[in-house]
Amino acid sequence: MIGIVNYGAGNIFSLTAALDRQNIAYEMINSVDEFDKYERYIIPGVGHAGAAMKKLEESGMVEKIKATSKPVLGICVGMQLLTDFSEEGNAHLLGIAPLKTCHFSENIKLKIPHMGWNRVSSGFNDKLDNELFKDINEGSYFYFVHSYFIEFNPTFTIAFAEHGIKFSAALQKDNYYGVQFHPEKSGEAGEQLLKNFASLKLEGSL
Amino acid sequence: MSTIQAALQSPPTGGLGLAKRIIPCLDVKDGRTVKGVNFVDLRDAGDPVELAWQYSQQGADELVFLDITATHERRKTMVELVKAVARQINIPFTIGGGINEIADADILLNAGADKISVNSAAVRNPELINELAMAFGKQFVVVAVDTKFIGDTNLVHLNGGRIATELETEKWIKEAEERGAGEILLTSMDHDGTKAGFDNFLLKKINDSISIPLIASGGAGSMQHFVDVFQKSNVDAALAASVFHYGEILIPSLKEELRKHTIEVRL
Repeated sequence: MIGIVNYGAGNIFSLTAALDRQNIAYEMINSVDEFDKYERYIIPGVGHAGAAMKKLEESGMVEKIKATSKPVLGICVGMQLLTDFSEEGNAHLLGIAPLKTCHFSENIKLKIPHMGWNRVSSGFNDKLDNELFKDINEGSYFYFVHSYFIEFNPTFTIAFAEHGIKFSAALQKDNYYGVQFHPEKSGEAGEQLLKNFASLKLEGSL
Repeated sequence: MSTIQAALQSPPTGGLGLAKRIIPCLDVKDGRTVKGVNFVDLRDAGDPVELAWQYSQQGADELVFLDITATHERRKTMVELVKAVARQINIPFTIGGGINEIADADILLNAGADKISVNSAAVRNPELINELAMAFGKQFVVVAVDTKFIGDTNLVHLNGGRIATELETEKWIKEAEERGAGEILLTSMDHDGTKAGFDNFLLKKINDSISIPLIASGGAGSMQHFVDVFQKSNVDAALAASVFHYGEILIPSLKEELRKHTIEVRL
């Protein structure tokens, strides 16, 4: 069963609808004492990263998230929360992956927000066939809406996209995963990714 | 697989991998679509949810629902519709029509809408744009602008083009961007309904002057018109209603045509 960290950052109706369509079981985690009973977690997030971090702190779930060895998936701002720091509000975040969340440079001549369907490359270097992208074609389009991005990093980036600059479309640090795009709005590719997350191996299982 | 290879080898245009979006627009009144629709295998042509699902299956990148209901029951009906759409389709959608205050937007967003669009209400109360962007983030806020060429200027029009203002279109769009609009939906009333092509000249001028995405609307009559609008104005998306609803242009064929012209689209 997936627990969705319900800390009040953005609407999650679309996410739960997508999980329903895929028959993936989930529940909301509304308070910290419910945290341990789930086998994997989704951290959603829309809006301002600094504000989202503040709400996450108020939920009391920060330490639980940092300590877990179960699979965690951060979506959009939920992914950015996994990094050290965001230029959005100069906020210190969870610091799970030693990366920075940056604003798309004013020098980039392209439109901001980066909004729409962008190709994602997950088949590069040794990152080929990451479990999260299982059965998803290389170069598939995913739906993005964001003004801040996580820098590309050869160690933690498992899929990248380009919008004037190459950035992390998805990252992994141990049991923590993050996707900058919205799988719940990304057609069949997004639904496949949610299914993949729901069937990632749990620590200690075969 | 061959299409994927072709996609990877095709030269990217614009944002290196960011596809140009094709957006069908559905007018909704009392929870039903109003413009005629002649998809062959539609059980209920007036059901916006089924129509939306059909479009998502055909490869539409996004949908816009324009609520033209005038009654007080509007909000309740629309919220139910938004929930039903969010439950069933896996692409983003925007809700426009009758959004006058934060509370209107809030209820639609919580029902699963990805974006809301404001038009006349924003002209009457520009501060609404700031408030919406502050409350929900600018990526949720589409400012829709209806424009008509009068004398020698493009002027903003209200209420579906019926009421002229003295507001110069380009100036208003820039103000909307500064106030926090995340996207502009620009409809040329001169071109709307003519099926003679988009207003590429105006769209290019506006597109070059803003740094947020621009959706072109008004005038689509053929696939070539979509090729033209992307090539000539480089807008981010093109919206149309009747050519899609009447089956005059099928989205898969349109996307093939665009790709033939090396315009990046999601297939």
